Amino acid sequence: MSININRYKCGYCGACVGVCPKGALELVETWIEVDESVCIVCGICDRICPVGAIEVMK
Amino acid sequence: MKDRYDVLVIGAGPAGSIAAKTAAEKGLDVLLIEKRQEIGDPVRCAEGVNKEYLKKHVEIDKQWICADLKGSYIFSPDGTRIEMAEEISGGEVGYVLERKVFDRALAEQAAAVGAEVRVKTRATGLIIEDDFVKGARLMHLGKEYEVRASIVIGADGVESKVGRWAGIDTALKPIDIETCAQYLIAGADVNQEYCEFYIGNEVAPGGYVWVFPKGEGKANVGIGILGSKMGKFKPRPVDYLNDFLQKRFPDARIVEMVFGGVPVSGSIEKTSANGLMLVGDAARQSDPITGGGILNAMDAGKLAGEAAYAAISAGDVSLGKLEEEYEKKWRATVGHEIDMSLIVKNCFINLTDADLDSLAHSLKDVKFERMSLLDLLQALFKANKKLLWDLRVLFKDAAKEVIKNRT
Ligand SMILES: Cc1cc2nc3c(=O)[nH]c(=O)nc-3n(C[C@H](O)[C@H](O)[C@H](O)COP(=O)(O)OP(=O)(O)OC[C@H]3O[C@@H](n4cnc5c(N)ncnc54)[C@H](O)[C@@H]3O)c2cc1C
Ligand code: SF4
Ligand code: SF4
Repeated sequence: MSININRYKCGYCGACVGVCPKGALELVETWIEVDESVCIVCGICDRICPVGAIEVMK
Repeated sequence: MKDRYDVLVIGAGPAGSIAAKTAAEKGLDVLLIEKRQEIGDPVRCAEGVNKEYLKKHVEIDKQWICADLKGSYIFSPDGTRIEMAEEISGGEVGYVLERKVFDRALAEQAAAVGAEVRVKTRATGLIIEDDFVKGARLMHLGKEYEVRASIVIGADGVESKVGRWAGIDTALKPIDIETCAQYLIAGADVNQEYCEFYIGNEVAPGGYVWVFPKGEGKANVGIGILGSKMGKFKPRPVDYLNDFLQKRFPDARIVEMVFGGVPVSGSIEKTSANGLMLVGDAARQSDPITGGGILNAMDAGKLAGEAAYAAISAGDVSLGKLEEEYEKKWRATVGHEIDMSLIVKNCFINLTDADLDSLAHSLKDVKFERMSLLDLLQALFKANKKLLWDLRVLFKDAAKEVIKNRT
């Protein structure tokens, strides 16, 4: 599994952080950090990003 | 930064700053932290607020007002225009703010009455002992600190983690969030006295497009789409926005980009725990229909600041006490409005474009200067009986309002 975040596209809005059911994401200034040890690869973050900067691959 | 305060407020948006200011004014020792290096930037907002309502909280300062509006226009999918005068347009019109300046001014006001403010200071976890929240772990410029407080107020917005750390599940499901993209445009022909809303499944599924004038020919043009209407291979808010801009303002220049998510879940089950309160977007207190959250956040911040004072003075910061001092009060005010809006939202997201058009046609001739909620419902009834049935709970409320206005 992997989560790719296109940092050049991300608008650091935090919407993905708010929907992640596991609290696996964190926004630090302009940076989304992923805690892959708790991510369950549900893809919700990918679905709701307003620009499509996050990609979850199963 | 000290080791101990009476109140620790996490997040310096409107909710956090008003909470910190209210608590500090009452003589409490308050620390207000913000993880970003600049308060209010980047903006995640269309910046519209109701004038009268705002005046309840702060003195108006020209420095953070960009536009003063006369009313709004709503466009249905077939282009039918409904005009609403300012008084009845609800939470979304009045002033268009410059939130970068506004949010910082609120934090400065908190500081002016004695709150300590720290930017670039992020909460990374809570200190919980004997089932009570006793403070938080903070990271400031790469160094870790432990700060204790009698009460922690989580004002950390849509991303909120504070509630989750205390066992309150605030995670938003896709149907509970509007995801948004917005451009600040310049060089276009924008009506500076009216804001515009465009509805319909083609322009904005489960949401709307807004055009809010920002003075000097500029405007915030943005869109919100309901998370449940989005999907990996469907267009994103930014794609819909590009389409709209191309059609409506082909000559516009984009001078700023804004993205964001607004909770539209309606009130959540719990916003307090032993030693902890959640306020604003962190407590999912934004309006499920409009997505407006600034004023609700300020209202809740004020209630939480007062509740912190009452609880600390009484030497009781337990969940029971906070429920009595905070939870009950916000649910009776902000919470009630949100719950009503949620009913309308759930009803509207299932309407087809043809339904929306027929509604608009029947509202077109309503005399809006004296329109009450009851008039509106009557007009809706003409257009769509099923809709009225779905909204019947509101009817009771409207009837109450009519009775109240008579006495
Ligand atoms: C595109 C868009 C348009 C909108 N348009 C409108 C509108 O026109 N009118 C309106 O009324 N509302 C609007 N809203 C909603 C409005 O912006 C929010 O409801 C409002 O900002 C909520 O205020 P708040 O104080 O609760 O949270 P926020 O303003 O989000 O503030 C939370 C703060 O907490 C900080 N924070 C988060 N985590 C931590 C941490 N761990 N440690 C320290 N700090 C932290 C964040 O950096 C942030 O500064 C819009 C929202 C969006 C996304
Ligand atoms: S939702 Fe998308 S744009 Fe917003 S912070 Fe997450 S990855 Fe970045
Ligand atoms: S895939 Fe699901 S669990 Fe993993 S980061 Fe995204 S939202 Fe969170």
